[in-house]
Amino acid sequence: MVSIASDQAVPTSATTLEISTKLVIAGGFGVGKTTLVSAVSDIPVLGTEAQMTEASVGIDELGLIPEKTSTTVAMDFGRLALEPGLLLYLFGAPGQDRFWFMWDDLVRGAIGAIVLADTRRLEASFPAINYFEQRGDVPFLVAVNRFDGRLTHPLDQVREALDLDPAIPLADCDARERADVLAVLRVVIRHALNAELNS
Amino acid sequence: MLRRPSPEHASAAAQLARARRPGRVRPFTVTGGRTGAQLHLGAERLVSAVDDAHCGRGLSPEEYAIYSACAASQSIAEIGAATGLPLGAVRVLVGDLAKAGRVVVHPAASEVSKVALLERVLDGLNRL
Repeated sequence: MVSIASDQAVPTSATTLEISTKLVIAGGFGVGKTTLVSAVSDIPVLGTEAQMTEASVGIDELGLIPEKTSTTVAMDFGRLALEPGLLLYLFGAPGQDRFWFMWDDLVRGAIGAIVLADTRRLEASFPAINYFEQRGDVPFLVAVNRFDGRLTHPLDQVREALDLDPAIPLADCDARERADVLAVLRVVIRHALNAELNS
Repeated sequence: MLRRPSPEHASAAAQLARARRPGRVRPFTVTGGRTGAQLHLGAERLVSAVDDAHCGRGLSPEEYAIYSACAASQSIAEIGAATGLPLGAVRVLVGDLAKAGRVVVHPAASEVSKVALLERVLDGLNRL
């Protein structure tokens, strides 16, 4: 039994205490964060997802990303039940720069982060990588989303272009595929576990 | 592929972006003008309504919406999605409801050893 602060309600016998934790999914606008979350979530992805207006299409250079008609403008999330009493939430961080102020709050308490990257617009992942590099307290990895199932650049070229610290894992996945996404989740948790054991 | 610029440059850009960030959302009248909860409730934190006949009574519409939304345990984020209230408002009102004994806030993951938590998460992922 975990004790809780005395100013909170005392659980009744009907309430089973559960623990929840979270991972943050970051990356540029239109990189597939929502797709990744929905590939593994037990529940339909929830949150505020507004259809982009024509005005914001121009601002966000939507034309560079084919077949993208909407994007996350607040944050969206999914949930995985890992065992009775343990839930893992996946929060998609807002991709546009003007929502950066939400990140610190979202990242607080996260056990890890995934920066999703699109090799057709690798620069869209730079702000997220810089953010986690500078924080230094949230273990993260970079996952290249294989759009249409194809990897357009070898991972060693991507690592070089990202100037990624050799200690940061670099993976690739098809964000639509549950097995791929689960594999990436395991890598980030193993990475976090190693970081914790070596600290 | 474009190379990532040096961290020094990026840092300056990030600082600029932060300096220019829009103001926080204004306090909502439903929270009586308060924006900060006494205890930090992460968006993933679970909340359960206390199942007792009197607990749902005498609440404001927003409090009642929250109370009803967590009849089965739900995260702060899920309560926000279910009620349409912003997360900041949900946090404040959940804090009030918890103080009044109407809802139970489940323990934070930070109350568990980090290594043990990560091992449990990894075990769980391996079983999926």
